[in-house]
Amino acid sequence: MDDNSVIYGLEFQARALASQLAETEKIKFIIGTQSLKQANNQIHLVEFNEEISTIKTSVFHHPDGEIWKITTSPIDALKLATCYNSVTNESSCTMKSAILKLPVTENLNNIDNLELATTLDISLLGSEIKTTEFHPIEANKSVSVTDSHVVLWDISESNGKNILSIPLEGKNNPKFTTGKWNPHQNCNQFTAATETHLKTYDVRSGDLAWNIDNVHSQLLRDIDYNMNKQYHIATCGDDGFVKIWDFRQTSQPVYSRSDHSHWVWCVRFNHFHDQLILTASSDARVLITSAASVSSENNSEGCITDENEDVETKQM
Amino acid sequence: MADKKYNALDINGPNFNPNLYLDKLFKECTLRQVMDHENEIVKDTQTLHSDMQTLVYENYNKFISATDTIRKMKNDFKKMETEMDLLASNMASITSFSDQINSTLHDTREKISRLSGVHTLLQRLQFLFKLPATLKSRMEEKNYIQATQDYLHAQRVLQQYGDLPSFQGIKTDCESILTELKTELRKQFCNPRASAKELAESVDLLLQLDEPAKELCLEFLSCAEKRLSEQLVMLKDQIEQRDIIEFVDLGCSGFLSDLCLVVASFHDMFINRVNSDSDNIENSTATEIVINAGRKQCKAHLQILKMHFADMLTKARQTLTTPKLISQEDSSKNLNELLNSLIVTIVEKIKGVLQDLVVFIMPEINFAQKPQFKDSFCVDNVREGLIVCFMHHFTATARSFCSTGTADSKVPPTLLLLLSKLCLDFRNGSVHFLLSQTDELFQINPKQNVALTNENEINSTMQESAQGLLNYYVRIQGLNCSQRLVAHNRAEDCPAVMKRVVEDISAIDATVALLYEDQGTATEHSSDSSRKTHSISVSRHQYRSNWSSYTPNHLDSTVVSNMHKLFSERIEIFSTVEFSKVSILTGIIKISLKTFMECVRLKTFSKYGLQQIQVDTHYLQLYLWRFVVDENLVHFLLDEILGSAVHRCLEPVLMEPSVVDIICERG
Repeated sequence: MDDNSVIYGLEFQARALASQLAETEKIKFIIGTQSLKQANNQIHLVEFNEEISTIKTSVFHHPDGEIWKITTSPIDALKLATCYNSVTNESSCTMKSAILKLPVTENLNNIDNLELATTLDISLLGSEIKTTEFHPIEANKSVSVTDSHVVLWDISESNGKNILSIPLEGKNNPKFTTGKWNPHQNCNQFTAATETHLKTYDVRSGDLAWNIDNVHSQLLRDIDYNMNKQYHIATCGDDGFVKIWDFRQTSQPVYSRSDHSHWVWCVRFNHFHDQLILTASSDARVLITSAASVSSENNSEGCITDENEDVETKQM
Repeated sequence: MADKKYNALDINGPNFNPNLYLDKLFKECTLRQVMDHENEIVKDTQTLHSDMQTLVYENYNKFISATDTIRKMKNDFKKMETEMDLLASNMASITSFSDQINSTLHDTREKISRLSGVHTLLQRLQFLFKLPATLKSRMEEKNYIQATQDYLHAQRVLQQYGDLPSFQGIKTDCESILTELKTELRKQFCNPRASAKELAESVDLLLQLDEPAKELCLEFLSCAEKRLSEQLVMLKDQIEQRDIIEFVDLGCSGFLSDLCLVVASFHDMFINRVNSDSDNIENSTATEIVINAGRKQCKAHLQILKMHFADMLTKARQTLTTPKLISQEDSSKNLNELLNSLIVTIVEKIKGVLQDLVVFIMPEINFAQKPQFKDSFCVDNVREGLIVCFMHHFTATARSFCSTGTADSKVPPTLLLLLSKLCLDFRNGSVHFLLSQTDELFQINPKQNVALTNENEINSTMQESAQGLLNYYVRIQGLNCSQRLVAHNRAEDCPAVMKRVVEDISAIDATVALLYEDQGTATEHSSDSSRKTHSISVSRHQYRSNWSSYTPNHLDSTVVSNMHKLFSERIEIFSTVEFSKVSILTGIIKISLKTFMECVRLKTFSKYGLQQIQVDTHYLQLYLWRFVVDENLVHFLLDEILGSAVHRCLEPVLMEPSVVDIICERG
């Protein structure tokens, strides 16, 4: 397994990684670097060829600031959204978000900037932008999560039009940490994470559709929907747990494991074999866990003991 | 001739060539020699000729005799064939004859068998008819055994055909004789001279005759009573006439020996014989009842123990939560006492229960000696059902405190620590003590019985629970501390927060110190008092040397820190801790600092923010080293925190170390 690993080095530290969701033929990843030296920031497009175990890369400038989060459009392979921190003068900076477009033709000679598709102006809706998520089926819609609002945009033009903004209410000034579209139920629901709770809004009305409180004992870091099972959502957080919830019965998770020894930052279902759950943690490890008991492929023979396999150990 | 190639000249060879031979002869020999040779050859030829003739004659004779023999054989076979035919026809006629005879005799044979059947029946009948007479004669001969046997022999037939008029007479006769027989036998009971053997015989016979055992028993006893009372009366009469010694002698030899005889024979006849089969059944049901009772008792005790344990835990929890409000010192002093009292009460309680249960197997008690009972009670109920089960309950309860999901977030962390230590102490002595106590009291040999739960097994679960609780404790305390650090990150006020963190950690240190002694590692710190300053100066030196790389022109490349990371060991944050104070504290500090670091990495700092972090890390550096196993670990983590802060700073300018020192000392 280790013999097949391919290493691609970046010049700067990076925090944002996304796979190109709309690309079905090739394996492509997009990485955004995080450096306070504004002009140095880059976006890397890495294509991995499985058969011959090689990678092909292209690099683009991202002079607007350090990238905290990248998401890709599930419809348009060329579109991606970044949340970045832009230094305005010597000692202050602001978070911004934009939708960018990759060039169709490859230019090997010089490093380009990416074409700006849509700018999203959040200046009135919170100080920090956490993520911008493309609508799963409608190309002209996306949602941004700021620390205090969930904002629905019309992104068909070069300036994003604010359709709806849902404020977060609660005591002690709570903050959103991230969010995700529910790919089921006609994609009308958007789930946001705040502190240790999940809140799901209906984007047609802006009302709260359902919520699960205290999914983790500490900060909730990331969520992901199972593409093949309507009601299943995976969560991970600072308590080191990975949990899968059926949001019709919210008292207990349907699956819960604690294999990481520090905060879990990121969780993803495999779209095809949804028993495979990929998690990344600040214990410097990436784990693939097989949760066969809650898989859509799970047949009557059922609860096979969950086997756990360390696939890759990444030193941070 | 010499030349073998030309064996054409050899007169005896197969390739003989007469012409060549002759040529050679004529060439080489004189006339005379030739003539001699010719004579020789002629003579040879003649002998050969005659030889051949004799051979032919001899063999000819043999041929002729062989032919003769064959011809003779041919004739003989022909004769035999005809004889065989004759034989076959004879055999056939014999078979037919035998069949004929068989069929003619068939009827007769049937008749004979019927007749023989009638004969035996008649014999039996005769026996029956004669039965009354025989019985009578036997009675007269006092051959009761034979009489009984005869009767028993005929009994079945009589019962079956007794209704027929012809048999009725016989039956009544027999029965009258039988009653006579029975009375005769019963008389034997009362016969004072009857020996035990005779008595046994008559009882045996009566039993064979289907007399009810109970009645017999009563009768026997009444007879015996009569006889004995007679003897008593006789003794009473003699009491005045005789000398006391003589009297005692008489009493002993007469009355007492008779009594013994009666008891012995009764025992022999009724108890041993009659009850011999039913006895076992009664016994086993009785044992079962006792076993059940034992099991119930054990269960009840287990329940009590569990409740008691739960009570103790709630009490401990209360004492842990309340006095903390009054004073830190007080609660800490209590902690050790609390632990000891917990252990002592649990052990005492179990010992009490064991004492209670040991009554079941007192040597005086009859059922206690039964191996069946002993096995089931001692091993299954007491050892496995009570003691081992309680231990399992103990660990399960302990573990329920740290199993996420069911875990109650309001559990005071100190209780976790206490429970962990409790498990550990149990593992280190109490389990062994209790098990050996049980084995001793209940005479269980753990080496013989393979099915027994091993002491090691329990010990290892105890150890696991202790470890789990301790890990959980460290995690919780670490999170509590890190919560402070995170909060601090928002509101930027001087080492006040850091001071509180350090205070928290010292408090934890004090609490842990009460339960966990510093073994081994303690020497490292306490070896000399000068160490403190020394280590600080050394560490500060390293500290600066690392950070010196962050001068503004080097700031972009963090090569040095990366190199440092490459060569340093990977730090497991939520790793398993050992059962020692430093290890626990190290765990807590590691978690806190790691959280601090992650928070720093998510921020963007101004120049002052960075300098604040610089002060904070230096302050922690000054105070945290004494709590941990390896100071370098703290240095490394703090180093990385500052490194990350530098990396996340827009205007990375650090303060002069001397200034930092002054600020920290003032704080």
